[in-house]
Amino acid sequence: MDFELSDEQRELADGIRRLCLGRLPLEVLRRNERTSRTVDRAAWSELAAAGVFAMTVPESAGGLGLGLADAAVVFEELGAGLVPGPLVATFLAAGRIEGAADGSVMVGLATRPRPGRPGTGVLPCIVEHLAELDVLVVDDGDGLSRVDPRAVDAAPLERPLDPLTPLSAVPELPAGEPLAGAAEAARWRRDGAALTGALQVGLARWACEVAVDYATQRHQFGRPIGSFQAVKHLCADMVVRTELARAAVHAGALTVDQPDVGDADRAVAGAKLLADEAALANGRASIQVHGGMGFTWEVPVHLAAKRARVLATHFGTAADRAAALADGL
Amino acid sequence: MDLRPTPSEAAFRAELREWLATSLPTLPPKPPPHDWPARRAYDTGWQRTLFDAGYAGVDWPVEGGGRAASPVEQLIFKEELEQAHAPYVGVNFVGLLHAGPTVIAEGTPEQKARYLAPILRGDEVWCQGFSEPDAGSDLASLRTRAVRDGDEYVVTGSKIWTSHAEVADFCELLVRTGPEGSRHKGITWLIMPMDSPGIDIRPLQTIAGSTEFAELYLDEVRIPAANRVGAENDGWRVTMVTLSFERGTAFVGDLLEAVELLSQSVDLARRTGAWDDPGVRRQAGHLRAELDALAALTKRNVSQAARTGVPGIGGTVFKLAYTETRQRLGEFSLGLLDRCGLAATAPHPLDGGGPLPVGTMVEDWLRGISLSIAAGTSQIQRNIVAERILGLPKDPPAGDGER
Ligand SMILES: Cc1cc2nc3c(=O)[nH]c(=O)nc-3n(C[C@H](O)[C@H](O)[C@H](O)COP(=O)(O)OP(=O)(O)OC[C@H]3O[C@@H](n4cnc5c(N)ncnc54)[C@H](O)[C@@H]3O)c2cc1C
Repeated sequence: MDFELSDEQRELADGIRRLCLGRLPLEVLRRNERTSRTVDRAAWSELAAAGVFAMTVPESAGGLGLGLADAAVVFEELGAGLVPGPLVATFLAAGRIEGAADGSVMVGLATRPRPGRPGTGVLPCIVEHLAELDVLVVDDGDGLSRVDPRAVDAAPLERPLDPLTPLSAVPELPAGEPLAGAAEAARWRRDGAALTGALQVGLARWACEVAVDYATQRHQFGRPIGSFQAVKHLCADMVVRTELARAAVHAGALTVDQPDVGDADRAVAGAKLLADEAALANGRASIQVHGGMGFTWEVPVHLAAKRARVLATHFGTAADRAAALADGL
Repeated sequence: MDLRPTPSEAAFRAELREWLATSLPTLPPKPPPHDWPARRAYDTGWQRTLFDAGYAGVDWPVEGGGRAASPVEQLIFKEELEQAHAPYVGVNFVGLLHAGPTVIAEGTPEQKARYLAPILRGDEVWCQGFSEPDAGSDLASLRTRAVRDGDEYVVTGSKIWTSHAEVADFCELLVRTGPEGSRHKGITWLIMPMDSPGIDIRPLQTIAGSTEFAELYLDEVRIPAANRVGAENDGWRVTMVTLSFERGTAFVGDLLEAVELLSQSVDLARRTGAWDDPGVRRQAGHLRAELDALAALTKRNVSQAARTGVPGIGGTVFKLAYTETRQRLGEFSLGLLDRCGLAATAPHPLDGGGPLPVGTMVEDWLRGISLSIAAGTSQIQRNIVAERILGLPKDPPAGDGER
């Protein structure tokens, strides 16, 4: 057993981090705030060229032939870079939908509301990035289907919570062409939850980094606010949440790759639960460390809190996940 | 990243599991929790059994008489022992986890020859005399004074919270040899025989009603200078060796015990009907996620220790997270007992079934409270994370010398 990142994994992460900082710095990303197209397709293709979407596609099919754990390491960097767009859905589609792997086709994912499900009776389906998608995959519960996004009757929602995640309300998702069966749909949910967890770990880490930077620079009472214990402890708790969630996400993804070491569904469910919490709590804590500045649109820390809120709704709710974990007890 | 065991790790686990299956049934019955001499006999007897089978000090280096197991094997060792319900390290804790490793790292050849083997055999028990009434978190302010007199130190002062003092043969003692105010630059590490004249041991009762720790009054206790480990006034550095051990893989057994407590709690919830409540199930599911994540974090820390050779700062992060989860688990399980959790003795259950696990759960809830205090409070641990991992500025004046 060796649960440390390998040198290759560290290099992979470094490469993606550099790509994000160089090609998609925050000030550039922010130019598209609150527009219906927040994804820079040229940069998307560069991510694809770096292998982001085809990491687990077998080499024989033109992919990198790596594992989900490698992908989790990379997705943490995409999360920390606040990279917008349907990263996880396009990753899941690579190798199954032509063009997803090379970035020429951007794939989104929506879940068809199930009538019997408590609490969703009057709520329409909310789809992300609809106007810029090339393909929409719908999780029908018992399988996946493929829908032409242009054929979806939708109303764009003004002022989406995360200004880099445009949203549309869809009263009725059209029936699509069948894409895959129940087992594949379950695999998408599991692998998708693991990678969304990795994005959340990245957000949690970034929220902590900017809080620490600010706490070092900002002075009050004649000293840096980071020397006050109340501030220090907010930051220390951010580290604890991030490290715990990262270990859980890596274990979840690795259990998918190495099924003999444990129950992958359980490991991923727990990982997503804790990663969601880490990102949400760190987003709030980081705003707190920034004081009034943290409540301004200009200072970007709110973006992490908002993205975390969006990602926390992916692949089921926290309550679903906790209940599923309890079922195995 | 690879979670699969290597062939040698798998073989180590299999061999250990087989040995546990044959040797645990021969164990004497557990002693009553408040009978310390009986507990000492039980714990040291188990240590002797481990020694005879070649499993004593698996984590110790070969030159110290240990097995020099890799950090991963140490993890396997602790997992297997806990899963087989083997006895806990108990009174051997300080010797095996603090004093022994310190003597190995910093002791003279004579000290190694004298002290190490008896710890491994379970012949001698150690306690830790670090904290003082006026020096807890701020350990570097300790005042117990040692004055050199020929080839002896004459020690006067008091120590507090000394676990297992009543049954210990030796104490790893921190004393002030430098001038007043010399803080961490004037501390020396001594081996104090507990039968030395001038030691007065006064047991302190814990909130659980037990007497696990004591106050030590030291009145001109004479300790041979040959019992000094490391140089005079260099005891702080020597101490850091032990404290980092304490924050390494020390919680593996506790974590598995928590997993067991969760499953006991779920059994109880099924029995009382509380399991029908989705809120209760969600809490249990959440605790399971946390315990799984803590197990993953342990593996990460162990892997890091395997690479770097030292238990890293990850142990501090682990302790903070584990403490919170364990305290929440305690609340959860006690809550399931409703008002029957208000006494440590179980009333007769109305379903006519076996006894309710009341004692365990009350005890665990109470013990959980000490987790955020013992071995460095959670506040101090947060300071450490903020200052040493994140590099935030020190908070004057208590910068150096926090435990
Ligand atoms: C069950 C148990 C067993 C123990 N066994 C041993 C043993 O065998 N040998 C031994 O030597 N010691 C032992 N200890 C002592 C333990 O290490 C100390 O209790 C601990 O270090 C805290 O010191 P204190 O009790 O003096 O509390 P204090 O240091 O007085 O702390 C009181 C409160 O103030 C807070 N505080 C103090 N300083 C700061 C700061 N700088 N910033 C923020 N908050 C601060 C603390 O977090 C705490 O909440 C044991 C303790 C317990 C509970």
